[in-house]
Amino acid sequence: MLDSLARFGRLGLSAMERLGRGHLLLLQILLGIGSLLRRLGLLVSQIHSIGVRTTTIIIVSGLFVGMVLGLQGYYVLSQFGAEESLGVMVAASLVRELGPVVTALLFAGRAGSALTAEIGLMKATEQLSGLEMMAVDPVQRILTPRFYAGFLSMPLLAAMFSAVGVIGGYFVSVGLLGVDDGAFWSQMQSKIDWGEDVINGVIKSFVFGFVCAWIALFQGYDAVPTSSGVSEATTRTVVHSSLAVLVLDFVLTALMFGE
Amino acid sequence: MKMRYLEITVGVFMAAGLVALFFLAMQVSNLASVSGEEGYQVTARFDNIGGLKVRSPVSMAGVRIGRVTGISYDQSSYEAVVTLSIEPQYNQIPDDSIAKIYTSGLLGEQYIGLDPGGSLENLKQGSEVTMTQSALVLEEIIGQFLFSKAEDNAISSDP
Amino acid sequence: MKFSKIVTVQFPLIKIRNLHFSHGQRAIFDGVDIDIPKGKVTAIMGPSGTGKTTLLKLIGGQLHPTSGSIEVDGQNVHRLSRKALYRLRMRMGMLFQSGALLTDLNVFDNVAYPIREHADLPETMIRRLVLMKLEAVGLRGARDLMPSELSGGMARRVALSRAIALDPMMVMYDEPFTGQDPISMGVLAQLIRRLNEAVRITSILVSHDVEETLGIADYVYVISQGKVVESGTPEQLHASESPAVKQFLSGMPDGPVGFHYQAPGLAEDLLSMQGGR
Repeated sequence: MLDSLARFGRLGLSAMERLGRGHLLLLQILLGIGSLLRRLGLLVSQIHSIGVRTTTIIIVSGLFVGMVLGLQGYYVLSQFGAEESLGVMVAASLVRELGPVVTALLFAGRAGSALTAEIGLMKATEQLSGLEMMAVDPVQRILTPRFYAGFLSMPLLAAMFSAVGVIGGYFVSVGLLGVDDGAFWSQMQSKIDWGEDVINGVIKSFVFGFVCAWIALFQGYDAVPTSSGVSEATTRTVVHSSLAVLVLDFVLTALMFGE
Repeated sequence: MKMRYLEITVGVFMAAGLVALFFLAMQVSNLASVSGEEGYQVTARFDNIGGLKVRSPVSMAGVRIGRVTGISYDQSSYEAVVTLSIEPQYNQIPDDSIAKIYTSGLLGEQYIGLDPGGSLENLKQGSEVTMTQSALVLEEIIGQFLFSKAEDNAISSDP
Repeated sequence: MKFSKIVTVQFPLIKIRNLHFSHGQRAIFDGVDIDIPKGKVTAIMGPSGTGKTTLLKLIGGQLHPTSGSIEVDGQNVHRLSRKALYRLRMRMGMLFQSGALLTDLNVFDNVAYPIREHADLPETMIRRLVLMKLEAVGLRGARDLMPSELSGGMARRVALSRAIALDPMMVMYDEPFTGQDPISMGVLAQLIRRLNEAVRITSILVSHDVEETLGIADYVYVISQGKVVESGTPEQLHASESPAVKQFLSGMPDGPVGFHYQAPGLAEDLLSMQGGR
């Protein structure tokens, strides 16, 4: 009885300790911005490996998600004779929810896991220690550019996802299902608000980018430097990021749209 | 050389993201019409605005000419004060026009329709639309209908 | 006592006093005193798991001792501010066991990395410096290879030329001979010796390869079970009477360092009814 209590307590303590380490690391990462600004080249090459290489999967997924939304929405809306609202439905779901959320989930799977594995392996092969002994701070030089690259890439990727999704929805509803072209766009424009919908979606994706990049980097940096340790850390990155994104999405939605 | 390739792809990536955002702003959302909306403001008083909301459309003959930008409640007259913003190119609206609250479709959103009057003076910044017709509230209509039905029955069964 | 010799060593560059360090429950160092003389090759030897790599990390300030002090060039490593520690590290080179080359940069950029980080030099100057450092380890021709294309020995030589890129006052070698074929072992040993003789770099060599190490070291410390058990020149070590040193040098399986990891008695363990373990 006391044993299991003690085990429970130890679990709680180690969780708190991890949380503390995570926040300290975040602080160090954020403070690295000064040295990052002097070496923008590092940021550019990280945006390339984190953002640019994720673009393909984002665009393809966005296109298909938009097309499916068009199809499904049509079957429901046509029962009420409200096919003209298809554009609104597609755009609202994409801009408010699916754009930021699905992008963040794909990002965690594609870029987050890669980040964790990269940092974990750099730790396992002593590259991080090596940098430290060369009097180079590995947090500033390795983690900070990756963090800001993720933070900046996410909103751009989410915007691409939503835009491509709307176009996919347009092809299906106007091209395939014969919804009126003008009604599709005009209804959309009159109902989707720039500030309330688009900007809120962008804010969401900034938050998700922040959290996903932080989780991925922390898991890599905190990984047990063995092959099984790195693989576990990679799994944890995907699981934790996905859960964090979904929970945060609920909280943010409640704050933003919940009048 | 490699750095140059990186810079170009990242440049394309960022441009694509910004274009997507621009597309969302101009084509998908109402930013285009919001920015052009430095129209003139007129007010109208209603007994009951029903489900009218800020940003509901204002139309004439079915064409959208502006939107509702403010709704407040006047405690002295017990009326709702609605501010309408009308786009500047529609500056030939007679000042005795009637503002009515309509519902688009049976279950649709409510909007304000302006029916033109015959005055030679036009609406301008700060003027008030004096003739208004409140929203039809479904419960009231049903209530009236039932009441008149009951009255009919009472009259017919009287003799 | 044995430590009387330490006093005779001139100008110690590194002074380690009463060092205690424990990893979790396990005490790794239990009162260690070491002096590393300037301009000499000092070897720290001992069986695997005695914390030799840990010692280098303590000297480099990557780990903090439980108690005791480490002074490098008169500065207490663990009392320094972050900035001062980084400035001190610029004067230390370290050769990691795995080489620790940055895998996404080629050989040239790896060696150029510390120079680009810490010195604001024109690219032509960097090129000349890097090629000189690579020439010193005989790998000037390999400058365009990626680390994954190098053999283990070559990777370590590249790492060595990176470690000396900033002309440090000292270089720490972490198990430089482990996992090397006899040829590259010989090459590395010769390089370490030559570097020391040519520019009088203080070298600290952590190893358990007896023959190679004793061949190039000026002074040797043997660590076992958290303590320095013997120190002296290679000749003095060969003449040592200490059973731990004898066992280590001749490679006998059992002695002060037991063959068995500490465990309850075999009979007791086999008869125990406690679960599956």
